[in-house]
Amino acid sequence: MTISADRSARGEMSGDQPAPEQAEATYLSGAAVDAVRKFGITAEDYMLPARHQIQMVDQEGNLKHHSEQGAEPGHEYPLPGDEELLAAYEQLVVGRRVNDQNSALVRQGRMAVYPSSHGQEACQIAAALCLAEGDWMFPTYRDAVAVMARGVDPIEAMTIFRGDWHGGYDPLKHKVGIQCTPLTTQLLHAVGVAHAAKLRGEDTVVLAMCGDGATSEGDFHEALNFAAVFHLPVIFFVQNNQYAISVPLAHQSVAPSLAHKAVGYGMAGERVDGNDVVALLAVLDRAVKLAREGSGPLLVEAHTYRMQAHTNADDATRYRQDTEVAQWVARDPLTRMKKYLTDKGVLDDGGDARIAEKAEAVATQLRTGLGEDVRVDPQDLFKHVFATPTPQLAQQSALLADELARDAAGAISEEETDK
Amino acid sequence: MSPTITTSSEANGNVSSATARAAASAAANAEEAGPQPVTMAKALNTAMADAMHADDSVLVFGEDVGMLGGVFRITDGLMKTFGEQRCFDTPLAESGIVGMAVGMAINGMRPVIEMQFDAFAYPAFEQIVSHVAKMHNRTKGRVKLPMVIRVPYAGGIGGVEHHCDSSESYYAHTAGLKVYTPATVADAYRMLREAIDSDDPVMFMEPKKLYWSKDLVDLDALRAEYGRQADGREATEGRAAVARSGTDATLIAYGPSVPTALAAAAAAAEEGRSLEVIDIRTIVPFDDATVAASVRKTGRAVVIAEAHGFASVSSEIVARIQERCFHYLAAPIRRVTGFDVPYPAPKLEHHYLPGVDRILDAVDDLQWED
Ligand SMILES: Cc1ncc(C[n+]2csc(CCOP(=O)(O)OP(=O)(O)O)c2C)c(N)n1
Ligand SMILES: [Mg+2]
Repeated sequence: MTISADRSARGEMSGDQPAPEQAEATYLSGAAVDAVRKFGITAEDYMLPARHQIQMVDQEGNLKHHSEQGAEPGHEYPLPGDEELLAAYEQLVVGRRVNDQNSALVRQGRMAVYPSSHGQEACQIAAALCLAEGDWMFPTYRDAVAVMARGVDPIEAMTIFRGDWHGGYDPLKHKVGIQCTPLTTQLLHAVGVAHAAKLRGEDTVVLAMCGDGATSEGDFHEALNFAAVFHLPVIFFVQNNQYAISVPLAHQSVAPSLAHKAVGYGMAGERVDGNDVVALLAVLDRAVKLAREGSGPLLVEAHTYRMQAHTNADDATRYRQDTEVAQWVARDPLTRMKKYLTDKGVLDDGGDARIAEKAEAVATQLRTGLGEDVRVDPQDLFKHVFATPTPQLAQQSALLADELARDAAGAISEEETDK
Repeated sequence: MSPTITTSSEANGNVSSATARAAASAAANAEEAGPQPVTMAKALNTAMADAMHADDSVLVFGEDVGMLGGVFRITDGLMKTFGEQRCFDTPLAESGIVGMAVGMAINGMRPVIEMQFDAFAYPAFEQIVSHVAKMHNRTKGRVKLPMVIRVPYAGGIGGVEHHCDSSESYYAHTAGLKVYTPATVADAYRMLREAIDSDDPVMFMEPKKLYWSKDLVDLDALRAEYGRQADGREATEGRAAVARSGTDATLIAYGPSVPTALAAAAAAAEEGRSLEVIDIRTIVPFDDATVAASVRKTGRAVVIAEAHGFASVSSEIVARIQERCFHYLAAPIRRVTGFDVPYPAPKLEHHYLPGVDRILDAVDDLQWED
C-alpha cells in the first residue's frame, strides 16, 4: 500500500487522469480505485506495503507523531478508541497469563505439548478483536490465545494439546477453524469459507493466520492467488516471529518483506509492528473494513518475536543467542501498552488490579481443568470417522469392546484370587 | 509439455465428436421413452445436473470444467445452465481446488470438484489425506465435509505418462474417505447422485476408458428410482453387484476391469466354465458379504485390477476372502493385476493391462480336478 515519493511525484500520474497502467488495472475496486484517483498513484504502488512498518506506540510506550508512524498517502490509520484499547490490554494480560500457565502445565507433565505465543500476544489479541461476530478465523497451532480471545472455552481450546482428542471445540459454533498443524493448509479453508459466504451474499470476513516460515509452502501461494482471483474478503495475517523452529527468515525468503508478496497476487500488503497492539488494531480494523466493503483480500505482516523455544521439546540455544532474545524483551507488547494507557489516564491501579484478577481466574480455570483426569472413551475411536459408518468399523469397534470386557473381567477375577 | 497437449487435444477431438454424436442421437431420441443407448459421460453429466437442480448448495468447479465442459466433457453445459457462480473454472492448483472445497463444505456447500487426471490429483494429496479424510473425526462429527472429488482414472486410452494412473489404493488406504468407482452407465448415474448427497467425502473414481461406453439405459427411470430413495431404494454404497451369475469360480473386479472380467466370463462360458463376476462398486465401504457369499458358493476366486498388485486394493480383497472363506477354497486365490512398474507408454500398455487371456490363464490355474 506504499506510494513511493518519487513515483507519486511524477506529474503525469497525478490528478484525476488515470495513468496508462491504471487504465489496464480493471480488476481493482473500492479502496484501490479511490486511492489511485485521489493520490494519482499506480495500482502497483497502492498494493505495495508502506516503506516502513506501521508503528503507533513506540517501545517506550509513547504515542508517535502521525508523521512518524509510517503511514503514507493511501494508507492512513486512525488511532483506535480508548475503550477498544483498554479491552485489548485486558486480553493481552490474560493472553500472557494463559501462555505462561500452559507452559508451566507442560513442565508439570499435565499437557503433552504447548507452542507458546509468549511475546506475540499483541498479534493474537488484535487478530481476534478486529473481527465482528459471524466472521471466521483460521488459526495455527501457535494461536491458542487468539482462539480463546474469540470466545472459545480455554479448556476446550487446550484439548488438542492435552492429548485427549485432535480438536476440542466446535468450529461452527465459534466460527474458528480447529488449530491447524499442516502449514498453510488452513489458508485454503479460509478461502473456501469466504467464497461460500460470498456466493450466498453474506458479508463475512475471514482472517487466515500463518507464520513467517509457512509463507514458503505451496498452499500459501495457492490460497493468496485463489482469494485474489475470486476477489474474496480474506485477510492473510502473517506473524513473522523471525524463526521457523530453528530456521531464520533469511533462509525462507529473500523478498524485501513478506508483505511485498501481496502485490504479486494483485492484492494490497502492509507490515506492522507486531508488538504494538495499537498499530495492529488500526491496520487490521481497516483491513477488515476494506474486505467487508468488497475490496478483496489483503496481506498483513506483523513483525514480532518468538520469545521462547518453538515448543517445550525444542532447545532454542542451539540456533540463537540470548543477546538477541534480550533485545526483544525491551519491545514487549504488554509493558509498552501499560505505560501508554497509564500515561493517557485510561488505566489506573484499580483497573490494573481488576485485570490481573481476571487473568488469574483464567489461569486457575486452566490449572483445575487440565489437572482433572479426563476419561477418554475408547469407542470414540470409531464413532466419528464417517457420518455414515462402515460395517468394517462396526466390527473393529466390537473387537475392542470385547477386549476391554475381557480385560475388566480379568481384573475382577485377579482381585478375587488375591482375596 | 507438448506431447501431453497434443495427446489430450487428440483425445479431446475424439471426445467432442463423440459428444456431438451422443447429443445428436439424444435429440433424435428425445421423444422416445424407455431405454436408449447412453454413454457413461452422459450419465455422469446428468447426475450432476440433476443434483444441482435438486440442491442449490451443489457447486461444480475445477480446471476447464466451465466453458469447455471439462477435458472429457463430463461437466458439459453445467456452466451455461446453472451460471458461473455454480459451475466455474479455478486457477491451476489442485491443492487449492481441494482446500477451497473443504472451506466451502465447512460453510454449507456441497462441492463436486474435478481433478483433471488421476496423476494431477497428487498436488492435492495433503489436503485429501490431512483434512478431507480427517475433519469429521477431528471435530467429533461437528464438521461434516459433504464433498465429492471426481477423478478420471486408470488407463487403456493410449494416454501419455501421468494420464493413466490407477490411484485408488492411496485413497482406499486413507481412513475417512469413501471410494466409489462405477463400471456401468446406470451405476455412474446412481453412484454420483449418492456421492453428492452423502455427508461423507467421496473419492469418485471414474474409469476414463469407459466414458464413451454405452448401455441401454432409461435416464428418466433412473432419476425416478433415485427420487424414491426415501422410500427405501437400496443404496449402492457398500453393496457389490453380481454382474454375471456363475457357479464354477468368482471373478472380482471394479471400475475399468469389470467389462474385461465380463468378457473373460463370456469366453469361459464357451469353454464350458461358468464364472460369476462381482462388481465391487464401492471400494470403501467394502461389501464383504456379497464377495464372501459368492466365493463360498464357487470355491474359487480371481481378483482383477489394473493397479499394481503390490500393497493394493486387490491385495486387500485377497486377504479379506482368505479370512472369510479359507475352508471353502478349492485353490489359492489368484490375482490378475498391472505389473509393479510405472504405467507404461501407449505402445506397451496392452502388455500391462489385465486382459481376457491373462484372466483365463489364471482361471485355468485354479486346480481343477478335471
Ligand atoms: C507441512 C508441514 N511441514 C512441516 C511441519 C513441521 N513444523 C511445524 S511448525 C514448523 C515451523 C513453522 O514456522 P512458522 O511458519 O514461522 O511458524 P511459527 O512456528 O514460528 O509460529 C514446522 C517446520 C508442519 N507442521 N507442516
Ligand atoms: Mg515463525
